[in-house]
Amino acid sequence: MSDNTGTKVKGQSCRLPRKRFYRARAHSNPLSDSHFPIPICPAEFDYSHHYPYFFPSGGEDHKNGSASPRKVRFADIGCGFGGLLVSLSRLFPDTLMLGMELRDKVTEYVKERILALRASNPGQYENISVVRTNSMKYLPNYFGKAQLSKMFFLFPDPHFKEKNHRRRVISLQLLDEYAYALELGGIIYTMTDVEELGDWMRSCLEDHPLFEAVSEEELEADPVVKLLTSATEEGQKVARNGGQTFRAIFRRIKFEEE
Amino acid sequence: MEETAEFVSNAGEDSASVAAVTMDVDNGLIEDDKSKDAEVAPALIAVHPFEKSVAVAVGFELRLFDLEGNCSVSLVDDSGGPSHSDAIRAIKFGANGRLFASAGDDKLVKIWATNPWHCIRTVSAEKRVSAVAISHNGHYVAFADKFGLVWLIGLEGDNAKQSNNDKKAVMILGHYCSIITRLEFSPDDRFIASADRDFKIRVTVFPKQSLKGAHEIQSFCLGHTDFVSCLAFAYPSGCANGYLLSGSGDSTVRLWDFISGVLLATCEVGAKVGSLEPNGTEDAQSPISDLCASSDGSIIAVALQYSNRVALLSCDFSNGNLSVAKVVTLEENYFPTSLGSSSLSKCLWMVMGASNLPMPGSAQLPTRLRIISGLRKDPSDYHCHDPIILEDNEVPGGQKLLSELQGSLDVTKEEAALAAAAAAVKASMRNMMIKKEYTLERREMRKKNRNDRKIK
Repeated sequence: MSDNTGTKVKGQSCRLPRKRFYRARAHSNPLSDSHFPIPICPAEFDYSHHYPYFFPSGGEDHKNGSASPRKVRFADIGCGFGGLLVSLSRLFPDTLMLGMELRDKVTEYVKERILALRASNPGQYENISVVRTNSMKYLPNYFGKAQLSKMFFLFPDPHFKEKNHRRRVISLQLLDEYAYALELGGIIYTMTDVEELGDWMRSCLEDHPLFEAVSEEELEADPVVKLLTSATEEGQKVARNGGQTFRAIFRRIKFEEE
Repeated sequence: MEETAEFVSNAGEDSASVAAVTMDVDNGLIEDDKSKDAEVAPALIAVHPFEKSVAVAVGFELRLFDLEGNCSVSLVDDSGGPSHSDAIRAIKFGANGRLFASAGDDKLVKIWATNPWHCIRTVSAEKRVSAVAISHNGHYVAFADKFGLVWLIGLEGDNAKQSNNDKKAVMILGHYCSIITRLEFSPDDRFIASADRDFKIRVTVFPKQSLKGAHEIQSFCLGHTDFVSCLAFAYPSGCANGYLLSGSGDSTVRLWDFISGVLLATCEVGAKVGSLEPNGTEDAQSPISDLCASSDGSIIAVALQYSNRVALLSCDFSNGNLSVAKVVTLEENYFPTSLGSSSLSKCLWMVMGASNLPMPGSAQLPTRLRIISGLRKDPSDYHCHDPIILEDNEVPGGQKLLSELQGSLDVTKEEAALAAAAAAVKASMRNMMIKKEYTLERREMRKKNRNDRKIK
């Protein structure tokens, strides 16, 4: 697709990648050994590669000067085709966001999409990027303690079979790691169109001592909440088919021992 | 081949259950992957903190020797549970020596009282157990299984009052489907550290109401580039904070500030010490097989999987400096599979051996025990006492101890068996710990055989 970027087509300066060239299987096994490169620790994550505008190679972070360098603050786990990232990018233009996706073709699509958007809208979409990774195994390799302020788990693979429940991206054990990556007050957004999975995610979050539900009023005021259904490809599909969605949105709280 | 059958019958890219964790899926294109030696467990040694007894585990056998009474110990099991029937993977003494735990492939965790020796509890695990730890206050035993979950057994207070038999362990934390190789409580019981084959060390806050789960992660210690094989806490005198030491398949030992997860020092032990493949070629990438540190970190002994040399490291904790101070060369073809030491750290105990030896023969599994003495030197006379390897007749407990723990007194005859054991342990470690990479051809081949692709 790279030969398309930069070519002038009537009305649009850069052609966006087309999904039909990036068809991928809907499921991917998160348990299998992966052989894609993974940063050894968060410090090894190459910011200048993902966010060249904010981290010009060789130079200092020109926005922040000598202050502590900018870090990824939002993580979209299982970002799929990247619809949410693109919308969030306009809403929070100064916040770095990273999409994580296990399926390599889908990741390629998002990569091309972001590059095309950057090329056709100079100065915009510089704050979003995507990595192909297994976030269930390697989240701590990307984010340090309390680094994130928002995490998104939207329309994850439901893994209906009971023996496959341990492949679900929300579980009591994995929430420990998400709580580690989230700052105090950070928010975890989950949404699904599968009622059974919705119940599962909610009960995991309710049972976890480091999370509490966000009140309805706060959700009303949060501009991000509206995007969960409107911006994601899966959300749009559900809306088209008149389906229902189930969301559980929780806040990271301090651990209090009774 | 079970996994193959499962794989073919399974739609999608998955192979389910254990196969998914170890990626053992094999269509027979790699010949020796699934041979018997895949299930070999190394022989283990543990020394009572006050050197009152020594335990060696090989296969399902637990061999004990009472150093005080100078006699072997016959184990009494009145817990009502079954005894070990498969390879023991982890043994450990509690900090005060009153408790001892053993666990392994038979999915049993047995907790023993040591004075007198008897089993006080047998807990059935759901999966094979890969690591075990006893909290320093003796209130809890934690164990980890091959699916990456850590479970806790309460021994004191309310937990102990439950009826003795149906007390189940509770799951307190989990690494995502990664084999946990080692579990360790910090000496103050505030943290529990767990290491896995995905290069990670997780340090978790161990709460007071720990049976409700340990959810707050203090830090991840990330830096190893291969599986982490061993862990040890060190609290040097004069330092407010403690440190964590770890050894790995990447042949390094690393020093961590585990509160922040910051890597303080890396010591390339493999490159410094050198190791020998059985065919004589140098292999600098020999995994660290075990690490044994005194509680103050003044003595750190490291064994490599394929080296007949034990490295003694010296660590300058405040300046973050970790280096090889001494190398003790053992007899040729002696590759210790496990190290042990009492809290007095006068001697370093080593054992070599393996379960399910590929060669049949002797009724008892042979192990070879060796002791390095003179670790703790008087600071005033620096050059006087070099560590020395004790001859068999100098070993505490003498012949009695050796014949009990080694299986026979004269194991020199078993040399071939022991060498085979070392090779088997290495192969099985590799099978278990190292991620298999398949060639493009093999991947295509697997895809072609996928059930959902078969069009009739």
